[in-house]
Amino acid sequence: MNGEKRYWLDRKENVTKVYWSVWVLCGLLLLIEPAIEMHGEFSIEHWFGFYGVFGFVACVGLVLAAKALRRILMRPEDYYDR
Amino acid sequence: MTAEFSPGLILILGSILVPLLRGRARSAYLLALPLAGLAYLVWLPYGNYGTFAFLGHELVMARVDRLSLLFGYIFMIAAWLTTIYALHVKDAAQQVAALVYSGSAVSAVFAGDLLTLFVFWELTAISSVVLIWARGAERSYRAGLRYLIIHLASGVLLMLGALVQLNETGSLVFGHIGLDGPGGMLIFIGFGIKCAFPLLHNWLQDAYPEATVTGTVWLSAFTTKLAVYALARGFAGTEELIWIGAAMTAFPIFYAVIENDLRRVLSYSLNNQLGFMVVGIGIGTELSLNGTAAHAFSHILYKALLFMSMGAVLHRVGTVNGTDLGGLYKSMPWTAGFCIVGAASISAFPLFSGFVSKALILTATAEQGYFVTWLVLLFASAGVFHHSGIKIPYFAFFAHDSGKRCAEAPANMLVAMALTAALCIGIGVYPQPLYSLLPYPVNYEPYTATHVLAQLQLLLFSALAFSVLMRTGIYPPEMRSVNLDFDWIYRGLGRRVADAALDAASRARIALAGRLMALSMSGWRALYHHHGPEGLLARTWPTGSMALWVMILLLAYLVAYYV
Repeated sequence: MNGEKRYWLDRKENVTKVYWSVWVLCGLLLLIEPAIEMHGEFSIEHWFGFYGVFGFVACVGLVLAAKALRRILMRPEDYYDR
Repeated sequence: MTAEFSPGLILILGSILVPLLRGRARSAYLLALPLAGLAYLVWLPYGNYGTFAFLGHELVMARVDRLSLLFGYIFMIAAWLTTIYALHVKDAAQQVAALVYSGSAVSAVFAGDLLTLFVFWELTAISSVVLIWARGAERSYRAGLRYLIIHLASGVLLMLGALVQLNETGSLVFGHIGLDGPGGMLIFIGFGIKCAFPLLHNWLQDAYPEATVTGTVWLSAFTTKLAVYALARGFAGTEELIWIGAAMTAFPIFYAVIENDLRRVLSYSLNNQLGFMVVGIGIGTELSLNGTAAHAFSHILYKALLFMSMGAVLHRVGTVNGTDLGGLYKSMPWTAGFCIVGAASISAFPLFSGFVSKALILTATAEQGYFVTWLVLLFASAGVFHHSGIKIPYFAFFAHDSGKRCAEAPANMLVAMALTAALCIGIGVYPQPLYSLLPYPVNYEPYTATHVLAQLQLLLFSALAFSVLMRTGIYPPEMRSVNLDFDWIYRGLGRRVADAALDAASRARIALAGRLMALSMSGWRALYHHHGPEGLLARTWPTGSMALWVMILLLAYLVAYYV
């Protein structure tokens, strides 16, 4: 890289470290849940790991749905300029 | 008439002097105006001021209560921060437009009657379009025109509604309006256009990304939040708003995921955040209205911060397309850091501003038992983290290294971003000052173990979803494209219908042309026959024959006289 400074994130193994640390953090959040008494208006909020599962499923669903929407919605960049 | 006047006039009338000043004096003056406005607001006691009679109705230029003051404060703060961000712009036209725009937004918030509201409502539209056109590109010009037409229409609906309202109730007072009469319906749609309700929203994603670097930051702060204020004032507790707001939070995030222009991604997420505020207005309890006001306050700051950071990228790199960016954290580490603060705030991470304000709305939704709405808001919360919290910083500053190297953002931009970021964190860490400004007394503690854990789970598992999708290559790559939205109705279908109509008209003209030609030719021929060079009526007669005829006529007269 012709003398340019190499950054920590430039190394592939460090990106992998970041990736697995997200897994570890998520695991920890599930582990401490039994120690905290969960309050909430709806019974669903008391299910174990509800917020985590909901966040994960919501995001995967969102991305897959958006990806499918591209087939219907996507047009060339100059679509409106032609 | 009292000495107090509409607070926005400090900015509107103050802008007159801007072109007369030069260099540092102008910069200092620009910075002083919003601070003077803020000081005036702090001093201003509650009450109605600047009242005068107009055609037998009392107009109120400044109604000062807790709700209008809160929006007044944040508008002045946003004007000051954005002025710092825009200090490198030397174009007096843009500076004056920005002052008139922010000033009229402030004045609209303090309007105590619908006529005053209408005047400043339209003034925000007219002045803000300058910030779009100042970009100077053909696309900006066209987007600006569409923006202007739609916003003027919103004002016309407001005016019509106000007149119907006046006819029905005999009053122009801007209080609770409700959806009971036709006047209320018209005003509701007028407000809804400015608030970017679903299907009325396209002006936002259309125009904001086409404005100048600084113009988009100005635009993001005022127009839509003025509409939120107006809805909170006129339609609190209108249940329809719950459904409208829930739809607003959900559908823009699908677009945000596949959009390439990162400032357009932010426009979609702006739309999504407005949805939370609209739900709060629809629920209409003290807690939810507090939530709307608080969320508007923190939203203006973190949204401005995100637009500032993307503006800095556009300023330095010349593009904010996700396809062309990546690895910019090496060149612009400060901008990247501030962007992440904005991203954490909009995602409502604990210790950032969104956490303490959005929680009020979500809690109010749950307390009133709106389960489906609550689920939609939760989905939208995860989604906003996904596209604003992760996608924006990731594709701009990290992802694959685009190889682009540039200078860090200019000093004035960095200062503006630093101050805004400090406010985002400040509100998140210590929300009490914001809570004490809210319209109703607050009895709410955001930092409970349940709330923090729930929010962290929601966000980190969303981050996990993003990481997994990225790592497995399922995540849709950024692509150069236009994604069809509802504006296709007028930009695509509407244009095609107009083109077809023009085409049909010209075909009809061609088909009729032969017959018309024959008809007109025969007309011309008749004209030519009588009046042409050979025509009887165009002949030049000698003077002698003229005299002869006159003589004959006179003789005939003489004969007639004697007979």
